[in-house]
Amino acid sequence: MRFVLALAVALVLVPAAAACPNAADLEGELICPTCKTTLDQSDAPAARRIKSLIRQRVAECASEQQIKDELVAQFGPAVLAAPPKKGFHWIVWLLPPMGILAAATVISVLVWRWSRARGDEAVADSNGRPPLDPELERRLDRELARFDG
Amino acid sequence: MAGRLKVAAQVVALALVAGLFALLVWKVATQEEGAAPKLGRGETPAAPAFHLDRLDRPGKLSLAAYRGRPVVPNFWASWCVPCKQEAPLLESVWRRYRDRGLVVLGVDINDLRGDARRFARQNKMSYPLVYDGPGKTTTQYGLTGVPETFFVARSGKLVCDRVEAGVHLEGNKERFEDCVEEVLGA
Repeated sequence: MRFVLALAVALVLVPAAAACPNAADLEGELICPTCKTTLDQSDAPAARRIKSLIRQRVAECASEQQIKDELVAQFGPAVLAAPPKKGFHWIVWLLPPMGILAAATVISVLVWRWSRARGDEAVADSNGRPPLDPELERRLDRELARFDG
Repeated sequence: MAGRLKVAAQVVALALVAGLFALLVWKVATQEEGAAPKLGRGETPAAPAFHLDRLDRPGKLSLAAYRGRPVVPNFWASWCVPCKQEAPLLESVWRRYRDRGLVVLGVDINDLRGDARRFARQNKMSYPLVYDGPGKTTTQYGLTGVPETFFVARSGKLVCDRVEAGVHLEGNKERFEDCVEEVLGA
């Protein structure tokens, strides 16, 4: 009976504990308002106070979003190291993958054109002249065979 | 066809570079210069306006609400040690001159609201206090740190150079009191 009770308590507590955010992670995602670096890189008095507040809220098991919202309410959106995924801020999230996609497209087109040009070159002879006419080539083979014979 | 495509790509690339350059020029040209450097050059710029949440009571407060009265905006934060040390002098100046219309206005910047309220209570600050957590006024006034104290004449213009560091400090105290007299007389 006692074992079943302990198991039930553990099943309730473990997911709750897992839901608590990590203070160190949060410190890497928030900016110190006075020195403009992330909190984990700052030892400024303002940063120390915010870190202390984060640890207190983490101990109370406030969610990551709750803690961030509370800090944004006091320091504004500039306290977030990454811009929020809404409104005009989306441009910051969309531009890099769009740039990578555009670059990949350009490189693909260039590689395709280059390989096609190489294919055309391959059928030309080493002097860059077009291949022989098939009839002429057959005639040449016959003549060479006569010399070999 | 390929030639046209190449020209179009070059035009797009040039337009992008020109756009980025224009953005840079616009940013530099419209960058607001804080009030402090102007004061340092001997100018008397208008005190930058602000409309902020009150810290000492509910509601908001504008600097414009004190137009026609001499104002001493003092920028502070609860995590700043000299701010604690200068608070008694600011409080005594406020009590001494408020009958003559002087307003000492505490502007709490880059701070946690709860910490700031506790600090004000502990240091018995009875003058009006506003809260600027994001620190927007730091750029407007050209602050380099806290504490810093400015002087706004009845005309709404900043006069006298700002006092950097605590007003209670040797070398600052006399200048602070002279500047208070100057705004009271202006």
